[in-house]
Amino acid sequence: MGKHLVGNHIRRLRFNQDEMTQQQLADLVGVTRQTIVALEKGNYSPSLELAFRIARVFNLPLEEVFFYEDSAKE
Amino acid sequence: MTYQEKKSIVSMFSSILIFVVYCLYMYPKYPGGELSLEALRYWGSFVLILTVVTIIAHIIISIIFNIIFRMTTGEKEPTFADELDKLIEMKANRISFFMFIIGFLLAMGTLVMNEQLQTMFIILIIAGFISDVIGSVMKLYYYRKGV
Repeated sequence: MGKHLVGNHIRRLRFNQDEMTQQQLADLVGVTRQTIVALEKGNYSPSLELAFRIARVFNLPLEEVFFYEDSAKE
Repeated sequence: MTYQEKKSIVSMFSSILIFVVYCLYMYPKYPGGELSLEALRYWGSFVLILTVVTIIAHIIISIIFNIIFRMTTGEKEPTFADELDKLIEMKANRISFFMFIIGFLLAMGTLVMNEQLQTMFIILIIAGFISDVIGSVMKLYYYRKGV
């Protein structure tokens, strides 16, 4: 538990997006700040729907926000 | 520490506090007598009143906690449960129910082994209490360690 194969670049993308706060992102995608914290720490793999909503906020395709751990090692 | 983590801790301590205070209040009122009607009525009322008191106390403590949380952090508490909250609640409830079922089976075991009837009630009540606390502990664990 705790280690997930699905990683993400949410923290970096938030800072590139005018230093968006966790709460702002949470409000935009309809979750609590706790969930954004868990995602950034790699403690939670989001549902496909939430993953798409987050990618849409950053105007990026899904695979530029989330990655499978194997592809990160490559 | 986030709202959900703090709430789990408050819930855990309030459960312990409510149970201990209630037991200290009810203990001297035990009428005695193994199979007397009074004793059975005592245990029935013990469980029913404990349920009502626990619900009311949890609501009051939750309101006070939300007020203190707003005052100290300046943040507004989440008004909804998202997918992570629901998943954690489901996992914590599963472990909590499992603990209660173990207690329930133990309580039934005391009847089979011809133990005193009050032993069965005590085990049932303690199982309910432990399952409640374990539920809060597991929520805190999942919020901190992830699911």
